[in-house]
Amino acid sequence: MEDLIISVLKRALIAGTPLLLGTLGEITAERSGILNLGVEGMMSLGAISGFMVTFATGNPYLGLAVSVLAGAAFSLIHSFVSVTLKANQVVSGLALTMTGLGVSGMLGKSYIGRPLSVKMMPVELPLLHRIPFAGEVLFSQDIYFYLSIILGVILWFVLRHTKAGIAVRSVGENPKAAESQGIRVSAVRYACVAVGGAFAGMAGSHISIAYSKSWIEGITVGRGWIVIALTIFAMWNPLRAFYGAFLFGGIFVLQYILQPLGISPNLLAMLPYVTTLGILVLYGIGRDAQRRMHAPAMLGEAYHKDER
Amino acid sequence: MKKITGLEMAGISKSFGEVSANRNISLSVSSGEVLGLLGENGAGKTTLMNILYGLYRPDKGTIRINGNPVAIRSPRDSIRAGIGMIHQHFMLVQNHTVLENLILGYDQAPMVLPHRYMRVRVAEFEKKYGIHIDPDKQVWELSAGEQQKVEILKALLREADLLIMDEPTSVLTPQEADDLYRVIRRMKDEGHSVILISHKLDEIMSICTRVTVLRKGETVGQAEVSAVDKAELARMMIGREVMFSFKKTPREPGDVVLEVRDLHVISDRNVPAVRGVSFSIHKNEIFGIAGVSGNGQREMVEAITGLRKAKSGDIVLEGSSIVNESARVVNSRGVTHVPEERIKFGIVPNLLIYENAVLKQHTMSPFSRVMFLDYDSIRDHAMELVDRFQVSAPSIHVPTKNLSGGNIQKLIIAREIHRKPALLVASHPTYGLDVGATEYIRSQLLIRRDEGGAVLLVSEDLEELFEVCDRIAVMFKGQIMGILSPGDRDIEDIGLMMTGSIGTDTPKEQGE
Repeated sequence: MEDLIISVLKRALIAGTPLLLGTLGEITAERSGILNLGVEGMMSLGAISGFMVTFATGNPYLGLAVSVLAGAAFSLIHSFVSVTLKANQVVSGLALTMTGLGVSGMLGKSYIGRPLSVKMMPVELPLLHRIPFAGEVLFSQDIYFYLSIILGVILWFVLRHTKAGIAVRSVGENPKAAESQGIRVSAVRYACVAVGGAFAGMAGSHISIAYSKSWIEGITVGRGWIVIALTIFAMWNPLRAFYGAFLFGGIFVLQYILQPLGISPNLLAMLPYVTTLGILVLYGIGRDAQRRMHAPAMLGEAYHKDER
Repeated sequence: MKKITGLEMAGISKSFGEVSANRNISLSVSSGEVLGLLGENGAGKTTLMNILYGLYRPDKGTIRINGNPVAIRSPRDSIRAGIGMIHQHFMLVQNHTVLENLILGYDQAPMVLPHRYMRVRVAEFEKKYGIHIDPDKQVWELSAGEQQKVEILKALLREADLLIMDEPTSVLTPQEADDLYRVIRRMKDEGHSVILISHKLDEIMSICTRVTVLRKGETVGQAEVSAVDKAELARMMIGREVMFSFKKTPREPGDVVLEVRDLHVISDRNVPAVRGVSFSIHKNEIFGIAGVSGNGQREMVEAITGLRKAKSGDIVLEGSSIVNESARVVNSRGVTHVPEERIKFGIVPNLLIYENAVLKQHTMSPFSRVMFLDYDSIRDHAMELVDRFQVSAPSIHVPTKNLSGGNIQKLIIAREIHRKPALLVASHPTYGLDVGATEYIRSQLLIRRDEGGAVLLVSEDLEELFEVCDRIAVMFKGQIMGILSPGDRDIEDIGLMMTGSIGTDTPKEQGE
């Protein structure tokens, strides 16, 4: 029994890792006022680029690094369209998703059915992994997991306790006020979107080189969309993203546990998405006034500098 | 060591699209001087100062500091040069604390954990200038006067030698304004220079040393304040002799039209905004609501007009309750509404003038038959309104957003008043309008009153309230602090009521 619990918890954390990474990225972008619905596309591109590099070099760490760069680079399209050209962010984000899915599908064609010979292996942290139970669940994970936790805490600290964080939040709340204090609004937004892309790329490569080790088209199966919902669930707070992401990781794992009970796997596969809808509905009821106070006030609004 | 001893703007021009906001404007200011920048709304004062502060770039012209030409491309440049600006609409992040607002863009603060450092600096400046604000409060919790102090503190922290203030007293109570004048005099004595944007002649006369007058984007005059009088400045500013010329005839108030009893309303932020307000308005009466905005006026108006649910209390119109009825029902019972933010809530900017002229009545005969609009009668009606209410428009077939603010407001007034409503609710109806339009709109309110209508007028402009109202209630933190008649005319009392220092007939509850 204890083995089962350990295994379930451990797998929930693994399944939650890409969700956490993606959510941290989206929080960064949205805090600066840019809504990026391209997470699914950036994740996909991160997944294929990480997979290709790992396949070619046999080094998953190199795969990870490249996926981060690929996500960040790809997200520049969104910054250019929505920050520089001030086009509609929803449309631009959707385009990014479709482009990312399309390009990664095309790049991945020849890799279908050819699994990696190496994948990202778990790293047991010295000493810590010997702690009973917790050691097995928390400290025998792969590097993605450790990074997601560390980066989450760093992001929280930066947003809350540094000048840069105050600048980012101010740009999302009131870009005109930020600019009047000498902050370069566009530069901040570009940077935040790029960080968001880097996180999404990293989340993608987790799926392709740590979670599974083969490529199939549409490997992200809507996780990018769950990330968008989790960002709201987390109220744009990196620490709250932890609960949400690992809760959803648990729901992914639940599918496999419930399957032997004779419930249709197709129904079970719907679980994370149904839960997403459920959470958004719950959030919409009653508490909307409080919730709105947490959303960056200028989320999704382009900033027109020379206008009155 | 002063960074700015003299500043000069020469030949500045700026246009937005086809609208030319500044044409070849020049001005200068040197240290120890308070320069008044006088002009009506739309004269180009704010545009000119936004150029100086680097928010806009001029199409033409040069700026010289201490005789040397400088390029100011962004606020970053102007802050570095020693210029600070306090905008009319404060440049503060509402959901952040005072401290976070002060840290934003402040170079000396450390990158990591800047809060502690800033707290110390703020304490120093508080002592030096006698400005007290709780640094951990969120900005939205502060009154307008307190927010302005945050802005001043922001500029002082950045060691601004030249401070631009854009209509700084427009949101202040008379007492807060006196405080501000003290700060300005103190800065002048310390050798700072101040540019004060204003359209209030008294303010210019009492605090400024020199004045530059703008009209329609051009400089029309410059003078030492000691060498001119108010009448002369008014003539320069408006370009003609102007005197408000209504005759307000005394009227006996008639029957009660609206009665509000112990009204409580919750705001968007889920906190009580209106806390037990009661009053009644009679026929032949204009009832004014004074107070600094944000004290529940908006929520109260929305509750009366059916746009917001009341938590408790009753609103009775001509004997029957309209509380928590829909806006449409309230409207059909004879309550019309001239909303604040006219562009956002008063019209649909992209619809044509004749379409906007029948909004809210478009489902009624004769504008609508069965389920189709009768455009002939709509257009005839719009023509009539435009003629009768002196809306100057190229034709009724243009998008309403093309009209000037004053003409948009005239169109709204026309739409709301021509049906002779039992109650007309007008929120800040002349805010931001030029003298001509203001005059016209006030006279329309008075005409409605003399015809037997009841008018609820919410305004921050005390002059306006004294001019047209029969009774004035002062609102503070969701309560009525007292009801005065313009005969009392005690402006100091009104000021104290606006800050909650005194209340006449409402017992004060404990604040939250």
